Amino acid sequence: MAAVFFYLFSVVLIASAFVVITARNPVHSVLFLILAFCNGAGLFLLQGAEFLAMILIVVYVGAVAVLFLFVVMMLDVDFAELKQGFQKYLPAGAAVGAVVLFELAFVAVNWQSAPTAHEAAAVPILAQVTNTAALGEVLYTKYVIFSQVSALVLLTAMIGAIVLTLRHRPNVKRQNIEEQNSRTAKSVVELKKVPSRAGV
Amino acid sequence: MVTIGLTHYLVVAAILFTLGIAGIILNRKNIIVILMSVELILLSVNLNFVAFSAELSDLTGQVFALFVLTVAAAEAAIGLAILVTFYRNRGSIAVDDINSLKG
Repeated sequence: MAAVFFYLFSVVLIASAFVVITARNPVHSVLFLILAFCNGAGLFLLQGAEFLAMILIVVYVGAVAVLFLFVVMMLDVDFAELKQGFQKYLPAGAAVGAVVLFELAFVAVNWQSAPTAHEAAAVPILAQVTNTAALGEVLYTKYVIFSQVSALVLLTAMIGAIVLTLRHRPNVKRQNIEEQNSRTAKSVVELKKVPSRAGV
Repeated sequence: MVTIGLTHYLVVAAILFTLGIAGIILNRKNIIVILMSVELILLSVNLNFVAFSAELSDLTGQVFALFVLTVAAAEAAIGLAILVTFYRNRGSIAVDDINSLKG
């Protein structure tokens, strides 16, 4: 049964990756990228990496792919013009792809695992602990520095994205919090003594 | 029934990696598709990490796949932010125009 699902997921994964790089319309590319990520999550599930599979769905399909879709739809670009070099680059792309595939196939067929690799496992997977619990266990103890640094990377990305895209346009009224907080009743409210029946 | 081993996953990851590399070269003018190809490459790397993690029953591969996911998300956010800024300034996203960014 696992074999059937493996072939299903991997065939759809590779086919959708192929459509991602060849589609004329980038919106179709993004949608097939989402399909590729869903099938990648399926392959993760088959190997017991449940937490990563869910993260792939939540983070990639939920955030990154939607971000791509948002940018593709927001930018008003003539994509036919961008597609022009496709024919010209096809031989070069195919050649480089063939070389890379040959090298990777060479490695995939000829590699050997070290005989002591199984004993050298830094964090053995235990059957009685769920995948998520086991990941959390090591992420906050053994790999705490790495997880803090990756949090720092995300913070940098967030601040960088905001700084890059924020623009202050003139003639737009903005809230000035400092000025608001420094207002007192004395500085903005004026009491006038108005004589009776005399008008203002 | 064929048992699915490490080699099967490595071959799928290799094909996916190759498609990502070819996508970068084929879509040299369209930086959005280039970014998507990079995402495909990182997905294939993650597939390798998880396959070895399952094969050696070592959780470390999954931990590092998690960090790769983090970096990939950060890269996509920064890349798309640069793209939006560039589009605002130049009105196009053709890679050929980007050499005007230098010095």
